[in-house]
Amino acid sequence: MSFYHMSDRSNKSYKSNILKKVLVLGSGALKIGEAGEFDYSGSQALKALKEEGVEAVLINPNIATIQTSKNLAEKIYFLPVTPYFVKKVIEKEKPDGIFLGFGGQTALNCGLALEREGAFKKAGVKVLGSPVKAVEVTEDRELFAGELSKIGVKVPKGGFARSLDEALKIANDLGYPLLIRSGFSLGGLGSGVVNSKEGFIKMVTAALKQAPQIAIEEYLKHWKEIEYEVVRDNNGNKITVCNMENLDPLGVHTGESIVVAPSQTLNNYQYHYLRKISLQVIEHLGIVGECNIQFALNPENNDYRVIEVNARLSRSSALASKATGYPLAYIAAKIGLGYNLPDLKNSVTLSTSAFFEPALDYIVVKIPRWDLQKFVGAKEQIGSEMKSVGEVMAIGRSFPEVLQKAIRMLETGQDGLLGNEVDDTKLLPTTERLFAIAQRFAKGESVENIYEATGIDPWFLYQIKEIVEFEKSLQLSTISSQIVLQAKKLGFSDKLLAKAFKVTEDEVREFRKKHGITPKVKHIDTLAAEYPAKTNYLYLTYHGEESEELKESKAKKAIVLGSGPYRIGSSVEFDWCSVTCAQTLRDKGLETIIINCNPETVSTDYDSADKLYFDELTFERVSDIYDIENQSLCHAELVSASDMKIPKRVRDDNSGNVSLVLGFGGQVPNNLAMQCFQAGYQILGTSPESIDQAEDRNKFSKLLDQLEIKQAPWQSLKDLNEAVGFAKSIGFPVLIRPSYVLSGSAMNVAYSDSDLKKYLQDASDVSAEHPVVISKFVDGAKEIEVDGVGQKGDLLIYAISEHVENAGVHSGDATIVLPPQRLFLETVRKIKDATRKIIKALNINGPFNIQFLAKDNEIMVIELNSRASRSFPFVSKVTGFNFVEMATRVMLGEKLSGTYKTIDLDYVGVKAPQFSFNRIKGADPRLRVEMSSTGEVACFGSDLQEAYLKAILAVGFKMPKSSVFLTIGGEKSKLDLLPSAKILAELGFKIYATDHTSKFLSQHGIKNTLLHKIAEKKYPSILDPIKEGIIDLVINISKPRSEAGETAGYIIRRNCVDLGIPLITNLQAAELFVSSLASKKKEDLEIKAWDGYVDHH
Amino acid sequence: MQGKLILSDGTVFLGQSFGADQPTSGEVVFNTGMVGYPESLTDPSYYGQILVLTYPLQGNYGVPKKDFWESQKIQIKGLIVQNYIDYPSHFESQKTLGDWLKGEGIPALQGIDTRALTTKLRQYGVMLGRIESRVKSQESRNEKENTRLSTLATNDFIYDPNKENVLPYVSCKEVEVYGEGKKNIVLIDCGVKENIIRSLVKRGVKVTRVPWDFNPIEAKMDFDGVLVSNGPGDPTQAQKTIETVRQLLAKSKPVFGICLGSQIMGLAAGGQTYKLKFGHRSQNQPVLDKTSNKAIIISQNHGYAVDMKSLSVDWEEWFVNLNDGTNEGIRHKKKPFMAVQFHPEASPGPVDAGYLFDEFLSYVR
Repeated sequence: MSFYHMSDRSNKSYKSNILKKVLVLGSGALKIGEAGEFDYSGSQALKALKEEGVEAVLINPNIATIQTSKNLAEKIYFLPVTPYFVKKVIEKEKPDGIFLGFGGQTALNCGLALEREGAFKKAGVKVLGSPVKAVEVTEDRELFAGELSKIGVKVPKGGFARSLDEALKIANDLGYPLLIRSGFSLGGLGSGVVNSKEGFIKMVTAALKQAPQIAIEEYLKHWKEIEYEVVRDNNGNKITVCNMENLDPLGVHTGESIVVAPSQTLNNYQYHYLRKISLQVIEHLGIVGECNIQFALNPENNDYRVIEVNARLSRSSALASKATGYPLAYIAAKIGLGYNLPDLKNSVTLSTSAFFEPALDYIVVKIPRWDLQKFVGAKEQIGSEMKSVGEVMAIGRSFPEVLQKAIRMLETGQDGLLGNEVDDTKLLPTTERLFAIAQRFAKGESVENIYEATGIDPWFLYQIKEIVEFEKSLQLSTISSQIVLQAKKLGFSDKLLAKAFKVTEDEVREFRKKHGITPKVKHIDTLAAEYPAKTNYLYLTYHGEESEELKESKAKKAIVLGSGPYRIGSSVEFDWCSVTCAQTLRDKGLETIIINCNPETVSTDYDSADKLYFDELTFERVSDIYDIENQSLCHAELVSASDMKIPKRVRDDNSGNVSLVLGFGGQVPNNLAMQCFQAGYQILGTSPESIDQAEDRNKFSKLLDQLEIKQAPWQSLKDLNEAVGFAKSIGFPVLIRPSYVLSGSAMNVAYSDSDLKKYLQDASDVSAEHPVVISKFVDGAKEIEVDGVGQKGDLLIYAISEHVENAGVHSGDATIVLPPQRLFLETVRKIKDATRKIIKALNINGPFNIQFLAKDNEIMVIELNSRASRSFPFVSKVTGFNFVEMATRVMLGEKLSGTYKTIDLDYVGVKAPQFSFNRIKGADPRLRVEMSSTGEVACFGSDLQEAYLKAILAVGFKMPKSSVFLTIGGEKSKLDLLPSAKILAELGFKIYATDHTSKFLSQHGIKNTLLHKIAEKKYPSILDPIKEGIIDLVINISKPRSEAGETAGYIIRRNCVDLGIPLITNLQAAELFVSSLASKKKEDLEIKAWDGYVDHH
Repeated sequence: MQGKLILSDGTVFLGQSFGADQPTSGEVVFNTGMVGYPESLTDPSYYGQILVLTYPLQGNYGVPKKDFWESQKIQIKGLIVQNYIDYPSHFESQKTLGDWLKGEGIPALQGIDTRALTTKLRQYGVMLGRIESRVKSQESRNEKENTRLSTLATNDFIYDPNKENVLPYVSCKEVEVYGEGKKNIVLIDCGVKENIIRSLVKRGVKVTRVPWDFNPIEAKMDFDGVLVSNGPGDPTQAQKTIETVRQLLAKSKPVFGICLGSQIMGLAAGGQTYKLKFGHRSQNQPVLDKTSNKAIIISQNHGYAVDMKSLSVDWEEWFVNLNDGTNEGIRHKKKPFMAVQFHPEASPGPVDAGYLFDEFLSYVR
C-alpha cells in the first residue's frame, strides 16, 4: 500500500502518454561516499514510476538492495553500471527515458559519459530530470564558478590547475593555508587543507593523478558549513525542503561531520538569505528535480560562499527526507516525469500541497559511524575526505537529548560522553572528537578555548558542557524523581544512571515507571502539528507531557528491529531482510512496527510498515516501545482477567499480542534476545535460549560434540601463558577472536608465539568481559556457507554457497558462488547432514546461517547464526525463493512444505566484495580474517567465469589489455600460480615481475621483465611501470605471515589503490580471474535480465 | 520558578518561567516558523496574543539591537516555548531572550509540551488563555483536578484582543516621513512592521507614515499611492480605515494592502471577512499566483481571511493558499488595487514575495 496520492486535477502524468519505459541507473555496491542512501532514492523513483504505470528497467548489481527486489522494477539487470553495459541494456530494452539522478555519482558519471558520446541521442532516450548541461556545470568547478559569478553569487576565491606549475602560481597569489579540492569525485577524494608549500606539492601531485583538474581555494577557517536541499519543478516553482548545519566547521567533509537539522545558530536573516541564494542558484542552473547546495558562512558577519551544488539525490537529501518526512526522491522522480509541485500532495498529511517547506518541531542530529580500526594503517584524523561508512540520526526535542541518543545509536560501545577513555590531548578533528571535548570539559576547560581549538560553535559546546557537568554531578547525588527526570530530558540512559546510582538498569526502569517518568510518542508530520498526519512516523522524547494518539487496529502487532547504522559487516543486506520481513508480516494481516535509526535505509521510510519508530535499538528503548504498544493494545482490546494471570513468558508464540522480531536486523537486535526474553517479551521465531546456545561458544561446542560434528580445536583463555601453551599444543597457525563476534572485530591469525602475544593484547582490549578464544586455523581449507530456514527444528529450505578464497579471508570479503561449482557431492551431503542435526538440536524456527570448513572431504563447523545472515538477499535472489519471507511465515506459525531446487541450477550467481581502500589513506588492501569490504554486488552468468567477470567489473575492475605485474611470495604460492601465469603469457600479456617471482617464471620458461627493488635505484623499479600507467593488473600474493608496514608488497598494493589499478591479493581469486579471462571476453558477457535466469517462485 | 498556562477550556500546562514575573492573558496562537523570534515578538500584528513557538529550542541566537526589530518593543502578551536556551551564540546578539522579556515586562514559559498545545489549538481552534507564574510546585500538582472549577472564574480575567479596536494601541500617533523620492507613498499604519517601511524606502520612494485613522484625502495630502499595513485584531473593528480605503478606491488611487490591509481592502470593496479556526502563522505557506500559475513560499501571520465569494465581479482572486484553498490576495480587474494576505516584507520568513513591492510601485510610476 502506498501513502502517496495525487491531487484530483492530475491523475495522469503529463508525459505518461509519451513515456512507456524508463531506465533507472542504480549506484552499485555500497562504498564509502556512496552507500545505502541510493537504495532509498532508487526505490522511491521506482515507486513513482510504478504509480504512473511506466515500465521501469533497473540496472544495479547490488543484490542486497530493496530496489532489486521483485515487484519494484519490471526488469532488473544485475550488471555493472558502466557506459558499456548501460549502452547494451539500452540497445536491448529501448527505453524512452532515463533517470541518472538516483544512483549517486556512479550513475551520474556513467550518464555524463554516455551523453558525451551521444549515446542517448542516438538511441532516442530522453534524460529525465535536470538537463545534462546543468549537471555538467555543477560537476566542473571552473564552469560552476563562472556561472555563479554571472548572477553575483560568491564562491571561494581560488583557481583551477591542471598541472603542478599552474597550481603553484595560484598558491603564490593566495598564500597558505589553502584548501585543495578535486572535481568528479565521490565524497571529496583527494582533497584537504595544506599549510605549507611542501604539503601542497605532495597533495597536488596525488590529486592530479586522480582527476585531470583540481581546485585551489582560500581556506575559510572556522566558517560554518550550512546545506540546503532544494527542489525545482518544470515550471520553475522552487522550495527548500530542509536546511542543515554542520557542527564541525568547514574543512570537515559533510559526510564526516555531525550535522543538525534545522540550523541552530542562524538567525532569520541568515536562514532566509542563504535560502534565497539557494533558489537563485538552482534557477540559474536550470535544475529540474532535487539538488543539494552547500554554503560556508562567516561566524563573525554575514559573508558567505557557495561551496558546491550536487545536482542529484545525495546522502544529504536522504538525511533531509528522513529529518523532515518530505519524500525528496519520490517527488524528484514525479517532477522528472513531468509533474509540477503544486500538482502533488504532501505525502504525510495527504490533504495539503507538496509545494511547501517542512516546519520541524523537533531537532535532528546525524553522527557518522567510522570503522577505521578495521583498516591496517588508517589514521583516525578526519578532514575534507570522507571515511565514514555509515550514520545514525536521532530525533528529539533538545540538543542534549538527541546528541546522547545518537551516541548510543552508533553501536560503538559508548553509552555517554564521559568515561570512554579517549585521548583528549589532541582536539584535531578525529572520529573521537566529541568524547575528547567532553573529557576536556570534565577537566574544567572553557568553552572559549575549545572553540578556538575546534571551531565548533559555542552554542553546541555550551550544551555539551551542560551534559558533562550534569553527568559529573550524578556521581554525588542519590536517586530522586527530580534528578531522573532531568537526566532523561538531557538524554541519559537508564544504564548510565544505574551505574551512577549503583543499582541495576531494571531498578532504574522500575523507579522511573513508578514516578511516571516515561518517554512520550510524537509524530513527524512535516507541518509542526498544523495539519494532522495520516502516517505513523514516530519518535520518543522526554520533552513532552503526553503521547499522541495512534491509530490502532485490533490486529496482533509485530515489532521488527532494524540493523542500526551501516558499518563494515552490517549494511543494506539487513535492511532488505527487515523490510522484506515487515512486508510479509503486513501481508499476513499483522500490524507491523519497525524500529531503526539509520537514515540511509528503506526500512525507515514511513510506509515500509504500519508504524515507524525512528529511535534507538537499545534494550531500554525497545522496552519503552514494547510497553507503549502493549498498553495501547490493552486500551483497544480488553484482555480477559484469566489471560492476565498467565505469566507472559510461558505463553506460546501465538498467544501474545505484541511480538518482537529480532532475526532480520543482524547482530544488533540478536544481541537483545536474552534481555528481552528475561523481561518477558514475546519473541517470534527461534527461542532466545537456542539463540544463546548458538552464540555462546562453550554451549555451542558442547552441542557439536554431542552431535559428533567436528569443529576446529579451540579453547577459551584468559591468561597469556595458557594461550601460548594451548596454541603450541594444537600447532600454529591459530585463529584468535573474542566470543561475541561482529564481522571479526580484532580477529587475527597468528603464525608464531610472538604473533599470538601481540594480537592477544589487541583482542583483550576489545572485550574485557569475554575471554579470548583461540582455535586451530586450518590452512588450505575451503569455506562453505549454508543459509536456510528451520521450521520447528526441521530443515525447510537451504542454499549452499562456496567461497572462492580459501579460509583466512573473512566471509564478508570473500567471493561467493551459488550454486557451488567445485564441491564434492560427498562434501555437500555431509554438510546437509550436519545442518539437519544442528537445526534439530537447537529447534531452529526461522532463519539461520552456518559456516563450514571443508578439506579433503572432511567438514568442520565454524559457527552458526540463528538469524538471517548477510547472504540472505543473495541466496534468495539467486535461487528465486525468498528465504526471509519463508522464515517470517514460519515464525508466525504457518506450516510450509515443498521441494526447493537450490543446487541444481542452470546458471551461476557470484557475489563479489566492494572495497573502499582508496578512501582510507595508508590502509593496506590485503585481505585478512578481519572484514574490510564496504559493500557487495552479485551477477549472473551461464557459468562461473561469466558471472565472476561481470561481478568484478561491477566492483570497478577493468579488463587488463596488455600488461600484468606478478609478485608472488613463497614457493608454494608460486607453484600454485604457475599454470595461471602460463595462461597469461599465452594470452599475450606482457608480464612484469619482482626478483624472486621473475627468476621463478624464467625457470619455468615464462618470459618476463624484471622490476628492481626501490632501494636498488635501478630502472625499471617496481613502481615505475605502475606510475607510468603501463600496468593493467597487479597480482600480489604475499606470504601469510608477512608483517604490516612499509614493505615492498605494501608499497605496490597501496600504489595500485591510489592509482586505481586493479589488484588481486588472493591466490584462488587470481586463479579464477585468469581462467575467466581465458574463457571470456567482455563482448561474450550476456546482457540478460534477472528473470531470464531465475524463475520466481 | 514555576508557571502555568491556563486555556479558556480549563486545560492547564505547567512550565517554568523565564520572562517577567507577572500574570498576563490574551489569545493563544501558534507559529511554526523555525527562526525569527525577535522579528515575531516585535510584530504588532501579535498585539494581544500569547505566542506559542512550535520549534522546541528558542533563544539560540540571542537578541539583536533595535534596528533589526519590527517595532520599538515586544508586542506579544506572553511567550510559550518547549526549551529556552540561555546561552545564545551569535555575533549580533546583545542580550539573552530571557533578559529581553524580563526587561520589557513580558512573561514567558518554557517546559511546556508545545506540540500537545498546538495540536489542541488546531483541533479546537484558537483559545484565550492566561499565564500565571509563582505557582508552588505542590499547588500545581493538584491544578489539573481543579481546573474545571476554576474555568469560569478564569475567563473573567482573560483579555480578548478581538473584542475591541486595537489599532490605536499599535499605530503611530503622528505623521512621520521616511526616505526620499519623487513619489510619495502614504503608509496607513495599522501596526506596521518596520520592514515594510524599509522595503519601500529601499526602492527609492518617500514614505509618509500616518496613523490608522488618518485620511489622506480629507487631509488634502499630495500622494501617489497608498499602502495599508498589517496589524492585529478583527478587521471589522477598523471602521475608520475601511472608510478611508473606500474613498481611495473611489478615487482610483493605487492601493496596496498587506495582511490586515488586505482584509480592510476586501471590506472596503464591499466584501466580507471571517475568522479562521486557528489562523496561518508560519513561514512555509504555499500560495499560487493564479494569474501566472507560479507558486511561492511566503510568511504569514493572520487569523482572519477575505471571503472571495463576497466580492463583486470587478475583483479577482490573485493568490490562493495551496494547502486549504483560502484567499491569499485580491486584485481589481481594471484598477490599481491589489492586496495580499501574506507578508512580502518577510521578516521573519522567506523573501520570495519581495517583488510585489516593485509590482505595486510600477502602478505608482
